[in-house]
Amino acid sequence: MSHVPPAHAPKAAARTVILVLVGLVFAVPILSMVEFTLRGGLAGGYTLDRWIAVFSGQLDASYRPIWTGLANSALLAVITVLLTLAILVPTLILVQLRFPFLRRAVEFLCLLPISVPAIVLVVGLAPVYSVVARIFGSGVWPLSFAYGITVLPFAYRAIQSNLDAFDAKTLSEAARSLGAGWITVFLRVLLPSLRRGVLAAAIIALAVVLGEYTIASLLNRVNLQTALVLISKNDPFTAVIFALLALIFVGILLFVLGRVGSGTAGSGRTPKPPRAARRPRSAVAAATTPTPSAPLVPGASS
Amino acid sequence: MSLATAPSSSADTQIRAVSVELDTVVKEYPGHRALDGVSLDVQSGEFVALLGPSGCGKTTALRAIAGLEGIDGGQIRFDGEDVSRTPTNLRDVGMVFQSYSLFPHLTAQENVEFGLRMRRVPAAERRSRAAEALDMVGLGERGARYAHQLSGGQQQRVALARALVTRPRVLLLDEPLSALDAKVRVQLRDQIRSIQTELGITTLFVTHDQEEALAVADRVAVMRAGNIEQIGTPEELYGQPATAFVADFIGLSNQVPGTVLGGQVELLGTTLALLDPSVPTGPVLASVRPEDVLIGAPGTGSAAIVTGTSFLGSHRRTRVILEDGTELLIQHEAELKTAVGDAVGIRLRGTAVGIRLRGTAVAVRPA
Repeated sequence: MSHVPPAHAPKAAARTVILVLVGLVFAVPILSMVEFTLRGGLAGGYTLDRWIAVFSGQLDASYRPIWTGLANSALLAVITVLLTLAILVPTLILVQLRFPFLRRAVEFLCLLPISVPAIVLVVGLAPVYSVVARIFGSGVWPLSFAYGITVLPFAYRAIQSNLDAFDAKTLSEAARSLGAGWITVFLRVLLPSLRRGVLAAAIIALAVVLGEYTIASLLNRVNLQTALVLISKNDPFTAVIFALLALIFVGILLFVLGRVGSGTAGSGRTPKPPRAARRPRSAVAAATTPTPSAPLVPGASS
Repeated sequence: MSLATAPSSSADTQIRAVSVELDTVVKEYPGHRALDGVSLDVQSGEFVALLGPSGCGKTTALRAIAGLEGIDGGQIRFDGEDVSRTPTNLRDVGMVFQSYSLFPHLTAQENVEFGLRMRRVPAAERRSRAAEALDMVGLGERGARYAHQLSGGQQQRVALARALVTRPRVLLLDEPLSALDAKVRVQLRDQIRSIQTELGITTLFVTHDQEEALAVADRVAVMRAGNIEQIGTPEELYGQPATAFVADFIGLSNQVPGTVLGGQVELLGTTLALLDPSVPTGPVLASVRPEDVLIGAPGTGSAAIVTGTSFLGSHRRTRVILEDGTELLIQHEAELKTAVGDAVGIRLRGTAVGIRLRGTAVAVRPA
């Protein structure tokens, strides 16, 4: 494997500098948070007591909103992802295959929420949610309707760019000519080809929902972020510990999802292709590295 | 090895070639009529090419037969059975598309198995039949590859195996070779023809490449503006084009001015008899093939000056201009060398075939 950087790539030293600078931008706030949680308060010095308290279950009832918030956020994340994908994927496929003239309109509609600040969205949503609450109750899960809207632009881009990357029309026509009905075409041909886009949409939706504060706060619902703010008013140290844990949790989640989504394409029923024939391992790598157009294996020419 | 003589050759697993009839089929799009009452009879086991310039309706006709386009009038019949309203997935056709259409998340073997899976063929039989079909197109060793690990020619061969493995009633090929480079195109073209002959499957082949159509098809239907202009064997289309459009589209042709007089036409000093002697007397324009014009020493026939010449391996093409300003393209043996500016004499081969451009088509024969 030769590893020749393109001519315009920065030199090794410049690359190191860029990496260190970018790394610092991310590391400094996180390390500061860690340092803050270890501070000994007015007495000075450092202590692990608060971390021990969190992990040994010594937190009293005043910390309960954290657990409620965490459970709520997890529920919201799952519902939002399912809701967004269930609506968006069939819609975009239909537009791509049957109603291409609607594409601009759908794109405009899907990207619109990005231009509306969350606070403005809430002002509009407040009266809507008084109706929503009457129909679905005042539980936390209907919040995923609003989250679905905030997630829409990101999910749309992820799925649409995947749809543009393959010839959905010809593939579905080929499947139909081979005897597949529309449901089979969707489940066995289009969805597997859209796996990367769907996965990327899910990851982005998850990240947005787990980090959402404004809407939940202004509509008086408890989620992880509002709970953290609440706790931080009494105990800023523990709140920061939970913020750090949430960061790690989301990091692991995204990593796991990325691995799961980029597994080998064939199912267990079919023989695995030879090693050289496997697909790129991670969804991110696959999205950023172009598929080789030349055959990978010597002698693979026609 | 072949599907037709597969080990499990019970009656229901044989190729069931059917006749295909298009009966005044109409397809309208907003603003234009893609198929304007097309009628076509394809015999069972026949290989018919639909040939024409882009936008002539040939692909629409094929997609209508596949059921991928609904039709607005007329009927499509397989062996007399009206399938006009049958959805694609129940029409039992095999199709190969112009763009690569292998499912990217499946291996070549799984792609070929797809149609069998839809027909609920048991796993063991599915695998053996798919392997057999891949063998037939010469890709038995490549079953585990994904589409992006195959060359364009290989992908189209897998697509052909996938279309044939279900033993469909009709094979539809929508410009399957146009994305391939010239050498692979000729190889695959010949392979398609030999597989089709072996299996005896009724096949429709859409192409805009006249050489391709003439080389593989039993009959060629030349289409223009949503209609079939002429259908016939390659020899008929080349030798007796029914209209000026066909004469122009199939092969190269020159427009030669001439005069009709008493059932005969005089072109370039040669007198030819008209097949239809009722053509009225007067000036005409006739289409003449480049190989039907002979080039000789000055003084023989009409005088002309060479304006260009190109060597094409087995033969040479020379462009000349006559005294009256008519330009002619002449195809002749490579040994006869010409140079720009040479004065030459031009005659017409006695067996030349011409087409009158005004009114009905009229072929001519030597007087």
